[in-house]
Amino acid sequence: MSGLLWGMLFGLLAGTAIALAALFGVWWERKVAGRIQMRFGPQEAGPAGLLQTLADTIKLVLKEDITPRLADKRLFRVAPLVVFTPVAMSLAVIPFAKGWAPLDTSVGVLFFLAVPSISVLGILLGGWASGNSYATLGGMRGAAQMVSYEVPRTLAVLSVVVLAGTLRPTLLLGRFQWWWLIATFAGFVVYLISSIAEMNRGPFDLAEAESELVAGYFADYSGIRWAVFMMTEYGSVLAASLFGAATFLGGGWPFGGLLGVVALLVKAVLITTLIIWVKWTLPRMRADQLMRLCWTVLTPIALVQLLIVGAVVPWL
Amino acid sequence: MAIDIESRTSVYDEEGRAVEELVLNVGPSHPSTHGVCRIIAHLDGEVVTKAEPVIGYLHRGIEKMAENRTYLQIVPLTDRLDYVGSMYANWAYCRAVERLAGIGVPERAEYLRVITCELQRVASHMMSIGSTGADTGAFTMFVYAFDVRERVIELFEALTGSRLTYNYVRPGGVAADAPEGWLDDVRRVVGQMPARLTELDRLFFGNTIARGRLKGIGVLDVPTAIAWGASGPVARGSGVGWDLRKSDTYSLYPRFDFDVPVGERGDAYDRARVRLWESVESCRIIEQALDQIEPGHVKAPGLPRLLKPRPGDAYDHIESARGSLGIYLVSDGSPRPYRMKVRSPAFCNLALLPLLAPGHTMSDLVVILGSLDPVFGEVDR
Repeated sequence: MSGLLWGMLFGLLAGTAIALAALFGVWWERKVAGRIQMRFGPQEAGPAGLLQTLADTIKLVLKEDITPRLADKRLFRVAPLVVFTPVAMSLAVIPFAKGWAPLDTSVGVLFFLAVPSISVLGILLGGWASGNSYATLGGMRGAAQMVSYEVPRTLAVLSVVVLAGTLRPTLLLGRFQWWWLIATFAGFVVYLISSIAEMNRGPFDLAEAESELVAGYFADYSGIRWAVFMMTEYGSVLAASLFGAATFLGGGWPFGGLLGVVALLVKAVLITTLIIWVKWTLPRMRADQLMRLCWTVLTPIALVQLLIVGAVVPWL
Repeated sequence: MAIDIESRTSVYDEEGRAVEELVLNVGPSHPSTHGVCRIIAHLDGEVVTKAEPVIGYLHRGIEKMAENRTYLQIVPLTDRLDYVGSMYANWAYCRAVERLAGIGVPERAEYLRVITCELQRVASHMMSIGSTGADTGAFTMFVYAFDVRERVIELFEALTGSRLTYNYVRPGGVAADAPEGWLDDVRRVVGQMPARLTELDRLFFGNTIARGRLKGIGVLDVPTAIAWGASGPVARGSGVGWDLRKSDTYSLYPRFDFDVPVGERGDAYDRARVRLWESVESCRIIEQALDQIEPGHVKAPGLPRLLKPRPGDAYDHIESARGSLGIYLVSDGSPRPYRMKVRSPAFCNLALLPLLAPGHTMSDLVVILGSLDPVFGEVDR
């Protein structure tokens, strides 16, 4: 019973955290993108435009929630939640400090890698249920891409797991040593690239490819349901940044305690900024190029990384 | 857009599974159709098997409207043909009128025409290169290119009062002499241009993903380019060195030293690169023109208020940013032309789309369309 209560409480907290992260993330992205593009970004609503996203959110919530006539109505309505919930769930296993994660489980790393994959179903559902060719194409692209990029992502994270000798994220954080930064650098790069692909962001945003598929799988969504898709994107960015900071960058290292949590958050914001920077600099890849990158570049690099780490571990 | 069930065709593959072709209606309102073009794309998975452009959404009957206006009143109409490069249509039209009515143009006016039109070429090419960036998802490239374009548009605003439809080149000269200090502003802006263009080159064309997206896409071979009447950067991207400024030289172009960049492979990458290097060459031309320009009249003296050319016809063409832009005029001796016909390079270049698109993916379709750089004001007229 207490587990259920704790679960509900965590759900509430995670939802709020994602909403806040999305509020901050959208603002931060618009600011960074603005600077990259020689403009200011939002600056009128609130101090430095901080409230701009809030205003946008209010607008989105108040907008009409349209279900297209040709849509499969039940699937269409449920799809955003199927996309959002797994991403929110994945936040549960992130180790914020040594020995503490909202959900401290012995298979935390596996949980983090596996659960967000359920989002693929939501993207397929949303794309298919819209009854729109653009959305269907976007959904198919998204599914193919996300399933493929699981492989290098998992392999990359595996190298840290081998070094730490545990799948429990909280333990993993405790065993971090500074030379892991060098030893798993290639793995970190692969993790970052495949995470970007996993969350369907530029330069891998083929599923929503604005200039080709208009908005891809969520082309027909409006108002609050569209906002849920957007929030999922920022939730994924948040989760991937936090998890990357915790596994590859040593979490709070070199600080402990509360300062460690701050250090983790700063590292996560830096990773987020890198993700935004990449998106606003590079062109989008084509579907076949995306697959080639995944299978002929990233997966071999991740495998070699795993091999190196595996060769090092017995000598420790 | 709903899937049109009626237009689907069912065929069976070797294993007896029903295979349906997806007919995707792209446009007329779509982020990458560069205006109001509609493309009926037949897709086999992601691969385009057939692409058919449907035009006419921006048809305003400009050629017919010209028959009811005096020769001077038609100039603003020509602004609305190629709204990304209004100066060209102005100039092509005025050259046709001058040929029809036998009007001479003062030298300073010719220099101003060359300067404005070469500036226009830079602005127009920046629009095209920027859209290539936007089509491939590099939106920052679009913004950077537009920043370069904005500098030119500001110059035009100072010169003509308009940012898009200038109505500047008039039969027998130009509307007004350049305001004080304007030529210095041009020199300053043009001086900064090559560095900015090199920056764009490195930002986008040096990028591995951009190369992957543009190279080998929509390859146009030389015989097809010539047979289909392609001109401008589309033809030159394939290696056809056909530039009216050299091959049928007009105005003061023989006085300037400039090169005509040509591509080798004829793909989207070469077409975009040709546009970029043409912009650099345009800067060279402008700098030479600024060195040579001298004070003088900007309008032919003794022009009648109402032009009444002798009965007859005249055709003249210039090299616009999109290719060979020609205007054909027939006069019956009245103050209004009997007929005006526009030879639109964008129209001819767009006709290549059904040839280039099949076999490429949906993502490439928008790149190919963008590389042909159609402006629908000119295609539909």
